[in-house]
Order: sequence, then C-alpha cells, then structure tokens
Amino acid sequence: MRLAQHMAVAAKDVRADCIEAGEFPELAQRYGVMAVPKVVINDRVEFEGALPEREFLEAVLRAAGAGPEQAA
Amino acid sequence: MAAMAILTASDEAAVRTEFERLGPHPVKLTVFSQELVAGDLCRQNEQLVREVAGLSDRISVEVLNPAIDRERAAAYGVDLVPAIAVEGARDYGIRFFGVPLGYEFTNLVDSIIVASTGEPALEEETKTALGGLARPVHIQVFSTPT
Repeated sequence: MRLAQHMAVAAKDVRADCIEAGEFPELAQRYGVMAVPKVVINDRVEFEGALPEREFLEAVLRAAGAGPEQAA
Repeated sequence: MAAMAILTASDEAAVRTEFERLGPHPVKLTVFSQELVAGDLCRQNEQLVREVAGLSDRISVEVLNPAIDRERAAAYGVDLVPAIAVEGARDYGIRFFGVPLGYEFTNLVDSIIVASTGEPALEEETKTALGGLARPVHIQVFSTPT
C-alpha cells in the first residue's frame, strides 16, 4: 500500500504504519482484520482492499474531518 | 555463526536497480529490537535491514531497544517490535511493524526511495488536500507477506 507512505511524505501530519498482521494477532483482532490489506485511519474510517488514489484520499479526509469522533 | 542471507543474489540485483532512483537525502533506518519479546523475528528484521542498507552507501542503520532506549522509542511512537522507522530529510512518520518480507518488502524499498527523494508520487490535487488537514492522520495498513 504505497499510497499511505507517499501521503506521509507529502504531509507532516500523516503517519503511515505498515503492520504485518500475522505477527501482531492482538492488534489485528482489535481492528477486526479478516482480510488484507485492511486500512484503518484514525480508528474511525476503515476499508479492505486497495483503493485508487482519489478514493484513498477521500477516506483520509473523512478520517481527518472536523466532526466528532465516532464511538468505537 | 553467521546467519544465512535473507536476500538472494537476484533480490539484491533488483533492489540495486531500484536504488538507482534514490534521491538527494540520505536515508536512516532505525530498527527496534527487543530480544526478550520477539527474539527470532527481531534478529530476522535487523538482518534484513542490514542487508538492504548494505546495497547503498546512502542508507544508515541504527538499532534501538525500546526497553532501554525508552524515550527515543516513545518519540518514534514505537511500542511494538520488531519495527522499522524510515527517515529521509525528516522523519516522515513511516513505520513498519513486523518483518517486511514479500509484498511488504517492495513497500520498504519504495519507502526508502520516496524518503530519499522527498517527492511523493501523488496527484497535485492529493498533495494540496493533504496540506490542509484539520487534524493529524494515522494510517494503519494491515497486510501479510504473501
């Protein structure tokens, strides 16, 4: 998922973690990872599979939106 | 006893070709290892990073133990091992958790290149939108080696 890392380089407010799900089963379970790649942004927006750049950006902007944090 | 190399000769050749695209900034790979937590994986991760760094004199490696180097690990936001932070002209916030093999290895090499160029391969529109974020964004990408 190179988009995440490229976005981290583009903006100093973006951090990109690549997580090997099999090595961190507790983390994968906490985020309900059933299929990969799975992307979780700010614990509030998530999707499975690779998205084109525009849709990935929309997910990032939704996650960074000014609205209230969704309850977990 | 020296461990067997993780990268094959053809892997090395492919990465050297990729590294022809390295940019002007030296890259630092900070490896987070903690023997007592995940010894085998941490050793494998550290070895992989050293093999990659050995393919370019522009890449340096430092190893930290989060149990000992607590403040620095916390500053990197790393609380799991094995992990890698990829830095170029600045710390861009690129982290790998777990040994980046297979598909993730491609991502690691690509991250090193973009950290060294400082020039993300993104549409202008994307870069503009990211410049106006209302709050910090933490992207977590879960994957597997295959």
